[in-house]
Amino acid sequence: MIFVFCAILLWLFGWWLNGRLASGPYAGTRLVRFVAPLVFGLTVIGIWELVVRGLEVPLVILPAPSVIAVRFGGSLPVLWADFVQTIIKGALSGYIIGCGSAFLMAIAVDRWDFLRLGLLPVGNFVAALPIVGTAPILVMWFGFDWHSKAAVVVVMVFFPMLVNTVAGLREATAMQRDLMETYAATYWQSFLKLRLPAAMPFIFNGLKISTTLALIGAIVAEFFGSPTLGMGFRISTSVGQLSLDMVWAEIVVAALAGTAFYGLVAMIEKAVTFWHPSQRG
Amino acid sequence: MFRQELHAFWAVLTVLLVIGVFWYAACVPMNIKGVLTEQERTGAEVQPPSAKERRDMSEFGLALNNRFAIPATWEQERPRLPAPHQVAIEMWETTAQKKITSKRSLFYHGWVTLSATMLGFAIGTGLGILLAVGIVHSRVMDLSVMPWAIVSQTIPIIALAPMIIVVLYSVGVQGIIPKAIISAYLSFFPVVVGMVKGLRSPDAMQLDLLRTYNASRSQGFWKLRLPASMPYLFTSLKIGIAASLVGAIVGELPTGAVAGLGARLLAGSYYGQTVQIWSALFAAAILAACLVGLLGLVERTVLKRMGMAQ
Repeated sequence: MIFVFCAILLWLFGWWLNGRLASGPYAGTRLVRFVAPLVFGLTVIGIWELVVRGLEVPLVILPAPSVIAVRFGGSLPVLWADFVQTIIKGALSGYIIGCGSAFLMAIAVDRWDFLRLGLLPVGNFVAALPIVGTAPILVMWFGFDWHSKAAVVVVMVFFPMLVNTVAGLREATAMQRDLMETYAATYWQSFLKLRLPAAMPFIFNGLKISTTLALIGAIVAEFFGSPTLGMGFRISTSVGQLSLDMVWAEIVVAALAGTAFYGLVAMIEKAVTFWHPSQRG
Repeated sequence: MFRQELHAFWAVLTVLLVIGVFWYAACVPMNIKGVLTEQERTGAEVQPPSAKERRDMSEFGLALNNRFAIPATWEQERPRLPAPHQVAIEMWETTAQKKITSKRSLFYHGWVTLSATMLGFAIGTGLGILLAVGIVHSRVMDLSVMPWAIVSQTIPIIALAPMIIVVLYSVGVQGIIPKAIISAYLSFFPVVVGMVKGLRSPDAMQLDLLRTYNASRSQGFWKLRLPASMPYLFTSLKIGIAASLVGAIVGELPTGAVAGLGARLLAGSYYGQTVQIWSALFAAAILAACLVGLLGLVERTVLKRMGMAQ
């Protein structure tokens, strides 16, 4: 019981600390904005550890963070192999193919009005559907290896990317287009120098949405069949063996990969769209 | 205006028609090998006759050499790619021609998934709105919780689903609750992020006006912040319900295929019943479209009544 009592104390301490940070003299500085969530996160992990130890929660229900950390450190080669299989081979290749083809399609859709009128409502409709459901079909077509996962990712990211890029390419105002016209700019000149840069914030919005979708697609597709490695495979088999510390270690990997992937795209966005109001603030 | 809508209608119809034609055309190369093997067994003359040679040939060459077999690619029992009409027939047979309580009725499976989705969605959005209200009113919560809510959007949290199912099963909770929990946490974070944005959307001028009226904090909340957040709420509700449905479907996978659309997908992929997979997929798509469409309808009426519709 002493552990549970400690957990309550820790909670009160964390709350008090963040309260001081939020109303103290440094409130609103970048340091506090960085430290406060960190304190919250560490408090939650500390309480988790103490409660699991204090109430002696069995491993098959909830492993303590320290157990997960030990498992994480102890099976780095396995986790790395799963990471390469699922994230690098499955998600990343599918992400590049899917976003690239959606981008090309968006140029065509933007050029021909008929295509925009016809394809965009269909694209909007498909973007809201539970596309992970295509996973069993694509696994059947492309086999168990990473090709089928990449295919699921392609289907998942295609329509959000298409819809966003098309919206972006229409962003340049009539005045700006007219200006390009008075310069006697060709279609491609005005595309490359005006409309593509103007579309960049939208394109990056699509790219950022797609990062999460890519990871979801690659992991869920592995629930439908995979070779004997991969994050989705490891999660579903470890759950079957009730070794939940391994499952949590994979989830940590998924979380790190997800934030890193998103952060990378956001960093590129910052460099490319430095002129946009949302980046200057 | 009407002319324009008609034009858009034709454009959509054309695109759908092209997709349909492409789909039928794709069935030929996808299914031709299986069809030829079947036809050979029933005694038809197939070019080239040896199975080994056929394996090395391209699908298009096979289709050209055996033109008589092309119609059969749209009628196979377990095709790699079922033709649209096969899926339509399967859907008709499993909806209209089965009793709703039957285990083979898509309505039954759809209801199993829908009920988990709705329960989870209600829990997730309820808690999400509560947390958003807390974040907007408490600086401590804003500083400590909000960054995590944003980060959670970049993480494939759906990976937790199999574990939640199994862990809850081992404590004796099964049925609708585990799936609803997955649906709930998937819809929770989009609602929190959207609702915080919405509750913050009134500008300083409006907040100042309320202060000059000597309005209390709760009056400011009920009369300004909450109404102002409605457009944001509906946008995130639409994202949330789509996520909830995905959660319920994925939540049905590790239970070993008992009931629900996810179970139909899994059972179909185990037994190679492609037509069943496709019909479950379309049922899920129609369900998602109905849910999002319904929310859109509610959104339009509510915003209209509030005088906020564009």
